[in-house]
Amino acid sequence: MDPETAAETAEAGHANGRATPSRESVRQLLFGDRWDYAPAPESTAHVRWAKRYGHFIDGAFVDGTDHFASINPATEEVVARFATADRKVVNRAVAAARRAYEKRWQPLSGAERGTFLYRIGRIIQERARELAILESIDNGKPIRESRDVDVPLVAAHFLYYAGWADKLDCAFPGAKVRSLGVAGQVIPWNFPLLMAAWKIAPALAAGNTVVLKPAETSPLTAMRLAEIFDEAGLPPGVVNIVNGAGDTGAMLVAHKDVDKVAFTGSTEVGKSIQRALAGSGKRLTLELGGKGANIVFDDAPIDQAVEGIVSGIFFNQGHVCCAGSRLLVQESIVDTVIEKLLDRIATLRVGDPLDKNTDVGAIHSRVQLDKIEELVQSGVDEGARMHRPACRLPDRGFFFAPTVFTDVAQSHRIAQEEIFGPVLSVLTFRTPEEAIAKANNTPYGLSAGIWSDKGSKLFKIAGALKAGVVWGNTYNQFDPASPFGGYRESGFGREGGLHGLLPYLEVR
Amino acid sequence: MAKRTKGSKRIAGRGERVAVVKTFKMFVGGAFVRSESGHTLPCTDASGAHVANVARASRKDLRDAVGAARGALGGWSKRSAFNRGQIAFRIAEMLEDRRSMVEARLVDVVGLDPDDAAAEVSSAVDRAFWYAGWCDKFAQVLGGVNPVASPYFDFTLPEPVGVVFAAPSRRSPLVGLVTAIACAIAAGNTCIVVVEPKHALVAVDFAEVLATSDVPGGVVNVLTGHRDELVPHVGSHYGIDGVAWYGAADAAFATLERLAADSVKRVHRLDDRGAASWRREHGKSLAWLERHVEWKTAWHPIGT
Amino acid sequence: MRYELPPIPTVDQVAAEARARSFTTRSIKTTAKRAVLKTIVEMIDLTTLEGADTPGKVRRLCRKAITPWPGHADVPPVAAVCVYPTMVEVARDALRGSSVRVAAVATAFPSGQSFLDVRLDEVRRTVDAGADEIDMVINRGAFLAGDYARVFDEIAATKEACGAAHLKVILETGELGPLDQVRRASHVAMDAGADFIKTSTGKLPSAATMPIVLVMLEAIRDHYRATGRAIGMKPAGGIRTAKQAWHYLVMVKETLGDEWLTADRFRIGASSLLNDVLMQWARLDSGHYQAPNYFSED
Repeated sequence: MDPETAAETAEAGHANGRATPSRESVRQLLFGDRWDYAPAPESTAHVRWAKRYGHFIDGAFVDGTDHFASINPATEEVVARFATADRKVVNRAVAAARRAYEKRWQPLSGAERGTFLYRIGRIIQERARELAILESIDNGKPIRESRDVDVPLVAAHFLYYAGWADKLDCAFPGAKVRSLGVAGQVIPWNFPLLMAAWKIAPALAAGNTVVLKPAETSPLTAMRLAEIFDEAGLPPGVVNIVNGAGDTGAMLVAHKDVDKVAFTGSTEVGKSIQRALAGSGKRLTLELGGKGANIVFDDAPIDQAVEGIVSGIFFNQGHVCCAGSRLLVQESIVDTVIEKLLDRIATLRVGDPLDKNTDVGAIHSRVQLDKIEELVQSGVDEGARMHRPACRLPDRGFFFAPTVFTDVAQSHRIAQEEIFGPVLSVLTFRTPEEAIAKANNTPYGLSAGIWSDKGSKLFKIAGALKAGVVWGNTYNQFDPASPFGGYRESGFGREGGLHGLLPYLEVR
Repeated sequence: MAKRTKGSKRIAGRGERVAVVKTFKMFVGGAFVRSESGHTLPCTDASGAHVANVARASRKDLRDAVGAARGALGGWSKRSAFNRGQIAFRIAEMLEDRRSMVEARLVDVVGLDPDDAAAEVSSAVDRAFWYAGWCDKFAQVLGGVNPVASPYFDFTLPEPVGVVFAAPSRRSPLVGLVTAIACAIAAGNTCIVVVEPKHALVAVDFAEVLATSDVPGGVVNVLTGHRDELVPHVGSHYGIDGVAWYGAADAAFATLERLAADSVKRVHRLDDRGAASWRREHGKSLAWLERHVEWKTAWHPIGT
Repeated sequence: MRYELPPIPTVDQVAAEARARSFTTRSIKTTAKRAVLKTIVEMIDLTTLEGADTPGKVRRLCRKAITPWPGHADVPPVAAVCVYPTMVEVARDALRGSSVRVAAVATAFPSGQSFLDVRLDEVRRTVDAGADEIDMVINRGAFLAGDYARVFDEIAATKEACGAAHLKVILETGELGPLDQVRRASHVAMDAGADFIKTSTGKLPSAATMPIVLVMLEAIRDHYRATGRAIGMKPAGGIRTAKQAWHYLVMVKETLGDEWLTADRFRIGASSLLNDVLMQWARLDSGHYQAPNYFSED
């Protein structure tokens, strides 16, 4: 960081972006000039990957056609080229999954299926660093997060569901359960490995086989996961991975021999899938967008709330469906919270995702960066006040400085639309009723945060929020044992925990 | 018991009393109403004879019912589970008490033999009673504490989806209807059902049971009409959160699902079976109640 | 007017611990590491607080304080030598002409369980003997009984007794309980005139931890924002390795900013830390990992 670089604010007179009008400059905290952390790049020396990938079908890596490039968002260099699965390839993958379902996977006992999942979890733990590095290269997320959050959760998810595979009869007492068949799964680019784990692990534990389509901008680690399935000895065809963009995904979900569809991604695409599947009889679960409210009351543990605000919106560059992108602060403490928040974001380190000290990595793609910039511009145009810390962005790659908008009205686009970037909109409220009303004033319903030291208030607000996940005095916590998913237009079905089995079972 | 419906041949009989006939209205927001459209559908008995006219629910009737259901949702879902259970049990009580009326309707209009009619009502009472008992129990069975690997108390609880629209069984005159309503309201939802002319009179009778069962207005709304006619309006109404379609015809259901995608509605297509199957076990399942819940997961740190 | 505790935000333990842990994943390499090691040396209060302390032991410690690594002129002296009151004169004489300051624990250290006039007298005599800095202990009994005004008054009286000497106020966090209490005690001490707040005496098994120090740093931040007074921070006890020490510095840097990265505003009370820092330093110089027996104990 460079203190000489004046931070941007929409208003003159607060040159370092941390000032509030009533404070004297002598009381400002100074971040960054005495010594800096030297670059600490994670070594990529031991990590190899191919230049071209096809698909993983029936236990084999197969060639493909019509290759497209996946870009390292931090360098804009090509990571590798991936084939596009056409109808024939999708047919092959689904046929392989069907065969495997009938001939290889169903005949196994639950305990045997669980053992395969367990093996996969263990190998992921063993190869954790390699996976983290590849994830950061292909996705742009900081190595701190891929190493400390994504990959450990990926392993944990397989290990958790490994234990369910032989207990399905006990999962829903009194009910008979049965697997569904072939699951077609389409996942997004924001957590490529984690979303693959969330989809594959419960599907396999419940006895289904899978055809997975990773996002076309982040397919690398799914192919590495395929190697791990192979290394674990997973029977051929139990998991098939086809590469490609939206067309491939559309073919997969609409395929007549796919029994169950699981999609994580935008609400817009989710609706189109729900529409496309109408009348097909396929089972469907959707995990879609959000505009999470993070509500801070005047009796909150404020310094920890600030941490929660930061992790709520800047974790994974804000590319998080459950991001706390709307901060609702009780009016009586808004100045204090903003002051602390701006101090805090002045310490965020934006840059090379592979640097171990990077907090905010690269925006995943040019397209996403353009979208963020467009929405941020709308925030400025609509009259909200923008704050940004003084941080120097790398010369190449897709980067965006952490951005906070104050003076935001509920009607502003930045308060309504999912930005999916490191952009926070701050709104205020006066009473708990107003907080609830504002928090629920959205078609979405995925997540929310509440910060208060008063237990009775927490329970009251948590009960009133239309959100599938409510974090009290914390934010962005995930665990394989904890069901995750949305209300309303944030989708339906849960991933994680006992409830995460339901989408992959017929329960009678 | 004599038939009292219009079209009954006996009322014109010599020496008999000319009965005052009942107008079969819909039940919306706690009141018995006619269709806003002014249209009706003829209702015949098993022999094909006309017995009554029932309201033909229109788009606006649906809109009114959704409004009533949405208005009642806050109050109903926030009542204590115990209290919801008490009201749900009261439905069973009242149905038991009025069983002779309903049995007669099943015999006279639907054409069941008296034993079947008695069995149908008994089973419906039992079904209402069974779901009533779940009101203050399902959360414990379906929800739970999640043992996460960090110092957080993490639990998942079922909450109502919101306003549920149900098109009940076409084959089970009363048990199917009671099941569709009971599994929705036991979970804390408010609901709207549309019943087709074949079973509409029984449904209106049941609405009268509801009206005298302490069920707050708007919690259950009973429309009469053609369910397929309402498909476009149900699918596209943003105020409906969940749909349960029992024994759906392919084309209509596909349309419904397509339209429902606009607001990401939860649409469930459920098996319809023969009346006897419904009377035994069909539809008596916690999994059916579970279709009408959302899962809320809450986290809180554990510390000092 | 009796002192009243100002409104103080509560502290969530789990989140505070998670935040504290996050600093330990910062990576410090090459040039940055060299700068950090030098800064750590400059911040050390080299401490001996034992019943067995002798003038000889204190003099040897003072030599080490002035010249931590003989033959290596780039290694600076430490900030201070911290001793019992009876050793202040010895230390003052041994440190004369150097930049190293004399710090002394006073106020019936470590329990503080003596009469106030006795404690104040001890402070005055210790300053007279040549102490530049006084490390006092707060009255934990009064604090835990909720008598914050008494805690405040005693600190204020001690501050007055210090005269020109700097006052470091030891909260003895290991006896206070939850982090909320640490935060409260920090505010009482700062309001009463502390120049530094300090975690612990080093005489309890539970000494400085990163979450506790984080909460104290946040209290300092709030105090600074509210009053403009920059209070210093001194973790003591338990910090034995250079790596631990730089985790603390990272926390200071990212909580209070770089202006707190000087000995005027941050100290580390330690005895064995210095040699570990020197070992790291030698590793940077030579490229070889070191062993403790190559460095003198005092």
